[in-house]
Amino acid sequence: MKFRRLTMAAAAALLSVLFFLAANAQAQTTLRIGLAEDPDILDPTLARTYVGRIVFSALCDKLFDIDEKLNIVPQLALGYDSSADGKEMTIKLRPNVKFHDGEPLDAEAAKYSIERHMTMPGSFRKSELASVDHVEVLDPLTIKLVLKTRYAPLIAQLTDRAGMMVSPKAAKAAGDKFGLHPVCAGPYKFVERVQQDRIVFEKFADYWNKDNVFVDKIVYLPIVDSTVRLANLKSGSLDLIERLLATDIKDVRADANLVLSTAPDIGYYGLTINIGNDKSKGPLSQSEKVRQALDLSIDREAINQVVFNGEFTPGNQWVSPTHPYYQKAFPLRPRDVEKAKALLKEAGVKTPVSVDYMVPKGTEYEAVAQVVQAMAAEAGFDIKIRVVEFATTFKEAQSGNFQVFQINWSGRIDPDGNSYIFLHSGAPQNDGGYSNPEADRLMEDGRLTSDPAQRKAIYEKMTGIILNDEPIIYIFHRTLLIAHTSKLEGYRPMPDGLVRVVGLKLK
Amino acid sequence: MADAALSAMPLAGPQDELESPARRALQRLFKRKGAVVGLLVIVVFALVALLAPWIAPYDPVATSWTAVRKPPSALHWFGTDELGRDILARVIHGARASLMAGAISVTIALAIGVPLGLLAGYRGGFIDALIGRITDAMLACPFLILAIALAAVLGPSLADAMIAIGVSATPVFIRLTRGQVMSVKVEDYVEAARAIGNPPWRIALVHILPNILPALLVQATLSVAAAIIAEAALSFLGLGQQPPFPSWGSMLNAAQRFLGNAPWMAIWPGLVIFLVVLSLNLLGDGLRDALDPRER
Amino acid sequence: MLNFLARRIVQLVPTLVFVSILIFSLQHLLPGDPALVMAGEERDPAVIEQIRKQYHLDRTIPVQYAYWVANVLSGDLGESLRIKVPVLDLIAQKLPVTLQLAAMAIVIALLIGIPAGIISAVKKGTAWDYGANLFALWGISTPNFWLGIMLIFLFSIKLGWLPASGFVPPSENLRASLASTIMPAFVLGNAIAAILMRHTRSAMLQVLESDYVRTARAKGLSERSVILKHAMRNALTPVITLGALELGTLLSGAVLTEQIFSVPGFGKLIVDAVFNRDYAVVQGVVLVTATVYITLNLIADVAYILVNPRLRG
Repeated sequence: MKFRRLTMAAAAALLSVLFFLAANAQAQTTLRIGLAEDPDILDPTLARTYVGRIVFSALCDKLFDIDEKLNIVPQLALGYDSSADGKEMTIKLRPNVKFHDGEPLDAEAAKYSIERHMTMPGSFRKSELASVDHVEVLDPLTIKLVLKTRYAPLIAQLTDRAGMMVSPKAAKAAGDKFGLHPVCAGPYKFVERVQQDRIVFEKFADYWNKDNVFVDKIVYLPIVDSTVRLANLKSGSLDLIERLLATDIKDVRADANLVLSTAPDIGYYGLTINIGNDKSKGPLSQSEKVRQALDLSIDREAINQVVFNGEFTPGNQWVSPTHPYYQKAFPLRPRDVEKAKALLKEAGVKTPVSVDYMVPKGTEYEAVAQVVQAMAAEAGFDIKIRVVEFATTFKEAQSGNFQVFQINWSGRIDPDGNSYIFLHSGAPQNDGGYSNPEADRLMEDGRLTSDPAQRKAIYEKMTGIILNDEPIIYIFHRTLLIAHTSKLEGYRPMPDGLVRVVGLKLK
Repeated sequence: MADAALSAMPLAGPQDELESPARRALQRLFKRKGAVVGLLVIVVFALVALLAPWIAPYDPVATSWTAVRKPPSALHWFGTDELGRDILARVIHGARASLMAGAISVTIALAIGVPLGLLAGYRGGFIDALIGRITDAMLACPFLILAIALAAVLGPSLADAMIAIGVSATPVFIRLTRGQVMSVKVEDYVEAARAIGNPPWRIALVHILPNILPALLVQATLSVAAAIIAEAALSFLGLGQQPPFPSWGSMLNAAQRFLGNAPWMAIWPGLVIFLVVLSLNLLGDGLRDALDPRER
Repeated sequence: MLNFLARRIVQLVPTLVFVSILIFSLQHLLPGDPALVMAGEERDPAVIEQIRKQYHLDRTIPVQYAYWVANVLSGDLGESLRIKVPVLDLIAQKLPVTLQLAAMAIVIALLIGIPAGIISAVKKGTAWDYGANLFALWGISTPNFWLGIMLIFLFSIKLGWLPASGFVPPSENLRASLASTIMPAFVLGNAIAAILMRHTRSAMLQVLESDYVRTARAKGLSERSVILKHAMRNALTPVITLGALELGTLLSGAVLTEQIFSVPGFGKLIVDAVFNRDYAVVQGVVLVTATVYITLNLIADVAYILVNPRLRG
C-alpha cells in the first residue's frame, strides 16, 4: 500500500501547513482599523469620500472640530469673531503648531490652505467655500475671511475638509500629486499606502497636542465585506472596525473581548421623488396626495426591525429625532394603509400605481427597497425595483431617469447641508426637480441667520411645507456602529462617525 | 434535418449494421452510470423549474416580518432569508433563472459562434484571419471580465446577463467549429459534394455541419455548466437577476452578509449550483466518451 | 518550428490591437459618467466640467482612443482617475500579489492533482479510481466564489484559524503571508488540481501500457519502482508543462476570488476599476492581462508541439 502512504504524506503535509498557519498571532504594537471601502485620494482639497474623512481625522487637523453634541469647538484655531453684519470672520490660530514637514502653521499657511481649497482646479471644496470672497492676514496668527454674503453654515464647513490645513511648501512642490504623500498638521503623519490594501501612519513627534497621543502607528485596512471585517476583529487582526452591520450587533455584545460604540448619524436615508423631471409624468410627480399615500404605506419601524434589528432610528425629517434641529411639532406619523388608499382614490389615480424605483447596488439598499415594495403594494403601489450600479446612479438621477430614488446621505453637521442642495430650486442635487418658492425663501433665510432659535423657527416652517409636498420621503437615520477590542481605551463615538485618534490607548 | 445529418455521418463503419450511429452512441451513453445520474438530475431540475409555481411551498417573494432569518424547520425546510422569505421556494424558483441562463446564453453562443466558425473554416483566407484575430482578442480577455463589462454595459438584469455570458462564450464555439471544419473539409465525401457542383452554403450546412454536431453537443453541455456558474457569479456581483426575484447567485450575494448568523442562507443555493453543474459535467463527459469512438 | 513561431508572433499584434479596441469601446459604452462618479456625493457642476476637460472626456471616443494609444506607445498607461496614481505603478504593486497567489495555487494543484491522477491510473477501476474521479468532478463543478465563502465561514468565522481577508507580503512576515493566501490559493488551485488529475490519469494509463514499462516489469523490478522511476517520469513531463500553463485560467479565476478574500491583487484592481469607472486602470490592466495570456498561450502551443513531436510539421 505504497499509495496510501503517499496520500497520507500529502494529507499530513497539508494539515501541518494549516496548523502552522493557524497558530499565527502577532504582537500588537499598532492600531489597525478596518474600513468599509478603499479611500480615494488623500488630498483634503480633492477628496470626496466619507471613508476618506475617517482617515483624514488622524492625518489633517482642521481649524475647528465638533464635539459629541455637535457643538463647534476649536482645533487649530483658538476661536473666531464674526462682525456685526456677519460678512467678516476673524480667526485666531493656535500658536506653535507645526506641519509634518516641520513648517510652521501661521496665518500665511492658513491663508494658503483656504485659497488652495477655493481655487485649485478640480477642488471639491469650492462650493463649500463659495461664500468666501477673499482671505486676509491680520498678524502672524490671525486671519480674516471676508464674505460675499452672510453665510451661517460657514463655520460648520471649517470643521471638515474645507478647514484642513496643508503645508504650503509640500503642497506647492507636489501640485495635484499632493494626495500621494500628504503633509498636514494632524497627530499622525503619512508613511505609505498600498492601494486597496493599507494606509500606514506613524505618530507625529511635534504634534501640538502630542501628550494625548499614545498609539505609535495606525494602519487602515479597507475590507469591503462586513462579515469578513467582523471576523478579522474577532480574530484579533483588527482593533477597530467601522460600519458594523446592525444585524451583527448581537454577536459583538456577546463577545467579552469586544466593545460596541454607537452614535446617532447626522445623515438620512430617504426616497427622493421625481416631481419636476419625470418625463413619463407618473402619478407620483403629479399629486402630493399620491406621495403622501406612499409615505403612509411605509411602516418605518418594521423596516428598522427587519433589516436593521431595530437598531436604527425611524425618522421623517432631514435630521434625526435626536438632533437639535429636529422639529418636534412634526412627529412621525404611524403607518395608515386605509388612509393611503383613500388618498390615492382622492387623487383619482388608477391602482395599482406603477413606480420606477431606483436603488444603488448593495444588499442593504436592496433589502430596504424590497421591504418598501412589499409594504407599498398593500396600499396600491406596484413598485418596480431597478438596481443600478453606484457609478450609474448619479447619471440616472441627474437625467431624471427615475420616479423614486432611494438614497443615503451621509449628512453634514449644519442642517443647511442636509436640505438646501436637495430641496432648493435648481440646486445641484435636486434631482427630482422640486421647486417651491416659499421653501426656497426659507432655506435662503436659514443661511443668513446665525441665531439658533431664529433658525429653528425658520426651519420649522419649512418642515411643514416639505412634509406636505413630500419631495423626499425621509425614512430613517442610521446609527453609527463601531466595534473595537476591549484592549482599546479612550474611544469616543462622534456623530459624524469619524474616528478621533487623539486620546486612544492600546493595552 | 436530423436524419440527413445522421445518414451523412462518416463514422458509420461497416454499413451492414442496421443500427444508426446515434442509437449506438445513445446506448454507450446509457451504459455510463455517471452520465445517467447526471441526466436524471438535470431532468429533475428542469421539471422543478417548469413546475416551480405548483411545487414551491411558498411564494418566493412573499416577505414575512415575523420570520426573518429563521434556521431550517418543519415549516421552512431550508430556513428563511433576510426578509423572511422561504429559501426552499426561492431555490425552486431560482432554478428557472439559472437553467434559463445556462440554456439561453449557450444558444446565443451557438447561434453566433457556429456560423462564424463555419464561415472562417470553410472560406479561409482573409475572413478566416479576421475572425481568428477577433476570437483571439476575446479569448485574451479573462472570460469573467468580459462578461462583467458586457453586463455592466447592458445594464443589470437577467436577460442582459444572459446576452453578456452568451457573447463571452462565443469565441470557444467559433474556434471549435472552425477546427472541426478544417479537419472535415478535406474528407472525400466533402470533396465529392464539391465536385458535383453543390454551392458552398449547401456543403457547409448539409455535409459539414452534421459531422461536427457531436463535438458541438459535448462542448455545449459543458458550456451550459460554465454559463450557470457565470450567471451565478454575475448575480453574485449584483449584475444578474434583480430583486425581489430569486436566482441562486443573488441569493448567495445576500447571504454573504449573514454568514455568521444565518449560514443556511449561503449553503442551499451553493449546493444546488454545485449539483446542477456537477450533473452537467457528468453528462458532458459521458457524451464525449459515447460520441467519440476513439476514446474508449 | 521557427516559421511557426514567427507567424504566431506576427499574429500577436493585430490581436492586441483588437483587444484594446474591444476594451476601449466596451468601457465607453458603460452607463455612468466617470466625471460624475469622481465628483462624488456633492456633484459640483464646475468640478465635473473641470474633470471632463482634464481627462479629455469631452472629446469623441476615437480621439480619446488616439490619445491613449499615443501614450501607450510611449510607455505611459495613464493614471487612475480616482487616486491619481500611474497605472504602471498600480500594476507593479498588484502583479506580485496575484503571482504569489497563482504560484501557491499551482503548487497546491500539483500536490493534489498529480498523486490523485497517479493513484487513479494505477488502481484503475477500483474505489481509489472512483474517488479520484469524483474529486476531479467536484473540483471543476464547485463555483469558486461559493467555495471561498464556505472556507471563510469554516476557517475564519467558526474556527477562527485563518484570517478572512487581506494580504501580507512575504517579505514582511512569511508565515502571516502564507496564512493570508492559503484559502484563496486553495480555491484557485482546486479547479486546476482536477484538470491536472485528469491529464495525469490519461498520461499514466498510456505510459503503463507502453513497451518499456512492460520491459521494466519483465525485468522483475518492483511495482513501486516501475511506477515511481519509470512510468511517472515519462508521464509527468507533459502534464507539468501543460499544468503550469494553466496560469492563464488563474488570472481569470483570480477576479472573483480576490474580491471575496479582499486580496489586493490584479483581479480586485480590475473589478473595482470597472465599478468605479476608472477607465485608465481598466484599459491598462486588461492590456497587460491580455498580453500575458496570449504569451502564455503561445508558450503552451510551442510546448505542446515540443512534447508531441508527431504534431510537428
